Amino acid sequence: MDALVNKRIKEVLKGDQNAFAEIVELFQDKLYRVCYRMLGNKHEAEDIAQEAFVRAFVNIHTFDTNRKFSTWLYRIGTNLCIDRIRKKKPDFSLDADVTGTDGLTMYSQVASTDDLPEEEVLKMEMQDRVQYEISRLPDKYRAVIVLKYLEDLPLQEISDILDMPLGTVKTRVHRGREALRKQLSNM
Amino acid sequence: MNMCPDYIVHYMHEYLDGEISPEHELELKAHLSSCASCQKHMHELSRVVAFVQSASHITAPIGFAEGVTARLPKEKSKVNMKRWFHSHPIVTAAALFMILMSASLFSSFNDDQQFSFTKQSNIVVEGEKVIVPLGETVFGDMVVKNGDIQIDGEVVGDVTVINGTQYMASTANVTGEIEEINQVFDWLWYKMKAGAKDVTSFLNGKEGK
Ligand SMILES: [Zn+2]
Repeated sequence: MDALVNKRIKEVLKGDQNAFAEIVELFQDKLYRVCYRMLGNKHEAEDIAQEAFVRAFVNIHTFDTNRKFSTWLYRIGTNLCIDRIRKKKPDFSLDADVTGTDGLTMYSQVASTDDLPEEEVLKMEMQDRVQYEISRLPDKYRAVIVLKYLEDLPLQEISDILDMPLGTVKTRVHRGREALRKQLSNM
Repeated sequence: MNMCPDYIVHYMHEYLDGEISPEHELELKAHLSSCASCQKHMHELSRVVAFVQSASHITAPIGFAEGVTARLPKEKSKVNMKRWFHSHPIVTAAALFMILMSASLFSSFNDDQQFSFTKQSNIVVEGEKVIVPLGETVFGDMVVKNGDIQIDGEVVGDVTVINGTQYMASTANVTGEIEEINQVFDWLWYKMKAGAKDVTSFLNGKEGK
């Protein structure tokens, strides 16, 4: 897979745009899925995932072929998703005084702005419920949970994608699981 | 139940990450067998993992790849052109003016792929090559489009080759400028220079009336 991808990348570097179309075919499902789970909206996910591919194309000369292409691509995609999530967030300066000791409280406050009434949640189909609970996660936990449990990536690779120390990734996975446990306490 | 040491929860997460040491695992199991509250906690965490993993593997929508292709920058030259215009704002303004003056500016470069040249009585044409033979003198500018020019004789004037190459023999003599235009850019520049002359004469002509 990596050898094929690197071959296509060399062709793209020589100016062959069709070779890039093949790269898109190979990775579109993975990238779209991550964006969808991060953003919880199909149109936004398509827009952001496509934008990620365009940026990968424009910056392909900066990709180091000794590394894993999917890691690089996921990084572009998750960065775009996180930017998009932050832009959508309401101004939470009014809630700043509720910030807890670990920052979790403030994030929960923000996340809870689009919470649904409990009876609505209980009526949801299983798949909608999964997506709903993922979207309620604070975004710093959401990224690691999506990459670990939906893409099945090793913690080390998640650390490369998100460009953060392995220890931080582990802490966020732990906190993400705890946050989900609280969210699901009524199930 | 709040008496349980914090590290027990930490061991639970180590266990879920598949990174627990045998010692920690023994300690965790021993604690869970005697503590209902931690057992519940562990059970809930395992359920969270199963719950998240039950998310279906969705795929990219139909037309996704085509959408990416449509959003890619069209060609290298256009990307370069954009950057070039960016760093040359005055020329860009001039170019914009020219585009307004002549809507066919770009299309004429791309669409006009026909071999053509300035008609002169004493030149020879071989295929898509214009030859100024040895001993002959052409009076006036020579323009060759989509073909080459070989100069063995003399040209009293400028020689311009658009989308082609000029070959100069040792005997050749050109009194004016020799120019090869092979890129959209050069073409644009050429057009702008030509256009500037036209504009100048156009304005002068108006003024004269
Ligand atoms: Zn306990």
